[in-house]
Amino acid sequence: RGSVIYELSRQYDQPSGTFHRSLLLHQLRHTVKRFCQEKLAPYADEIDKANEFPRMREFWKEAGELGLLGITAPVEYGGTGLGYLDHVIVMEEISRVSGAIALSYGAHSNLCVNQMVRHGNQKQKEKYLPKLVTGEHVGALAMSESNSGSDVVSMKLTARKEGDHYVLNGNKFWITNGPDADVLIVYGKTNPEAAARGITAFIIEKGMPGFSTAQKLDKFGMRGSNTCEIIFEDCKVPEQNMLGPVNKGVYVLMSGLDLERLVLSAGPIGIMQAVLDHAIPYLHIREAFGQKIGHFQLMQGKMADMYTRLSSSRQYLYNVARACDKGHFSSMDCAGVILYCAENATQVALDGIQCLGECLVVCTAELVMPTSHIPSIAAVVSA
Amino acid sequence: MTARVLVGVKRVIDYAVKIRVKPDNTGVVTDGVKHSMNPFCEIAVEEAVRLKEKKLVQEVVAVSCGPQQVQETIRTALAMGADRGIHVEVSGKDYDSLGPLQVSKILAALAKKEEASLIILGKQAIDDDCNQTGQMTAALLDWPQGTFASELVIEGDKVKVVREIDGGLETIKLNMPVVVTADLRLNTPRYATLPNIMKAKKKKIANMKPGDLGVDMTSRVEVLRVDEPPQRQAGVKVESVEDLVSKLKEAGRI
Repeated sequence: RGSVIYELSRQYDQPSGTFHRSLLLHQLRHTVKRFCQEKLAPYADEIDKANEFPRMREFWKEAGELGLLGITAPVEYGGTGLGYLDHVIVMEEISRVSGAIALSYGAHSNLCVNQMVRHGNQKQKEKYLPKLVTGEHVGALAMSESNSGSDVVSMKLTARKEGDHYVLNGNKFWITNGPDADVLIVYGKTNPEAAARGITAFIIEKGMPGFSTAQKLDKFGMRGSNTCEIIFEDCKVPEQNMLGPVNKGVYVLMSGLDLERLVLSAGPIGIMQAVLDHAIPYLHIREAFGQKIGHFQLMQGKMADMYTRLSSSRQYLYNVARACDKGHFSSMDCAGVILYCAENATQVALDGIQCLGECLVVCTAELVMPTSHIPSIAAVVSA
Repeated sequence: MTARVLVGVKRVIDYAVKIRVKPDNTGVVTDGVKHSMNPFCEIAVEEAVRLKEKKLVQEVVAVSCGPQQVQETIRTALAMGADRGIHVEVSGKDYDSLGPLQVSKILAALAKKEEASLIILGKQAIDDDCNQTGQMTAALLDWPQGTFASELVIEGDKVKVVREIDGGLETIKLNMPVVVTADLRLNTPRYATLPNIMKAKKKKIANMKPGDLGVDMTSRVEVLRVDEPPQRQAGVKVESVEDLVSKLKEAGRI
């Protein structure tokens, strides 16, 4: 069924929102779409059911070969040297096939890789970027704690200086890619008294003594994007692994959040597109009361609503991404765009459920999946 | 090592699109409709790029005939690994009536100009299903041809081609220069990786007109009318063989 949906979606493949003046963006989208259809779509169902992606590491390397994992990383470290709009398009097309894997992809390529690109020094970039970009390593980022979500600067993890090391103690929660990550960017308090101005970012490697991960979380949505709690017990981190200046981590964190929100907004866009990919053809096939249900006014209203919510979200996102590519970073717009996209996605998914009706109850996770991802989007918004 | 491979790539309506006939029955609707590279042309490009990677050829040149938009198709070929492109500008009425005869004349002229020793084309285009361009090009150049290739091996100055034919597989050996047309099982085309898509931006596409190559664009074919295939009628169930035979007789079929 998946390939039928793909073929149907090729027909109205260029709604006005995806008409790009740049051929490069077309080619990018086309390549990622094909890649995901072959390498991800066949597993999407099972990933959601089992909360696991057994061939994740191979997929990561394949994505690395295509150049997807280091979109915003400089070419000299093996990156692709593209911009935020390009990253958004890639994220969107992956999300269209699997919202969960797209989230893991976003955490790796934006939260981890992009932060490293923006704040790492030469040595750190040379050491960590190449393997993150090829997909040999999986990346993650950890700021949230069980008691510090929206109020993230109230985090309690401490980083105590001892000679040429920092000793980390504490836990982080809700960490996407936590179970798999080889490299993590972790925020901690080097000066707990100074509140927000006492935060510093560090690069952690799996295998550092004192660093461990707890069990994978069994989530309602985004199943297959491995999430867990990570634990630091007297974990010694060399001071050359400090990312950015000491006690200035809040700027690293907050500016990173803007771009995280920007790129991850493509997640809900992909999900909305997936809902349309399934719902629109269905409305043209299913009959009731002697006609195709797509002819009923209520369904037509829903189609119009779904389409316009997707299109307006898309235009907002692409425009903000373009502005960022030109160097205009607006926190308000980055936050606005994920709020807007996520809320629209929830609404579109609910409309999609109405369109698919009882078919949804009987069908496989492939159709249910887009909708079950919505609660997780809200989590990103509150962050 | 062979110097140059010429690969023809055609911009066609995407295979997944539902085709609609224009209300005036002069053709099909193409405005605003998704177009892509002809799938068999993709296979041809892939084969040429593989030959280059094996260092059996030095340069792959992608060619397309048509209006401005075909540059997208050439860029796709460049992103897959072709070295440079040639856009032969054909538009308006000439484009409407563009067919295998004119294209093969253009390709033949280009092959001479570029001193190509190998031309790889898709076996046919999915819009007109002509399956003529490769054959005509070979005839115009007086080169041997290996059509419906499912395997292509360069052996010195000869080419071994395994052809998919009605009876099975036929293996032939041809003296270069040759024309080969790609069939489905020749290879699986690669994804254009992002770095290659970006590298392709810098590759050159030369522009020229058919006149520059001395090609006469007059069509020998005139399309009178385009119609949808007749609607499929519902079948009739019969009870017995006698019934079937009498119904066939009634319908004048036997």
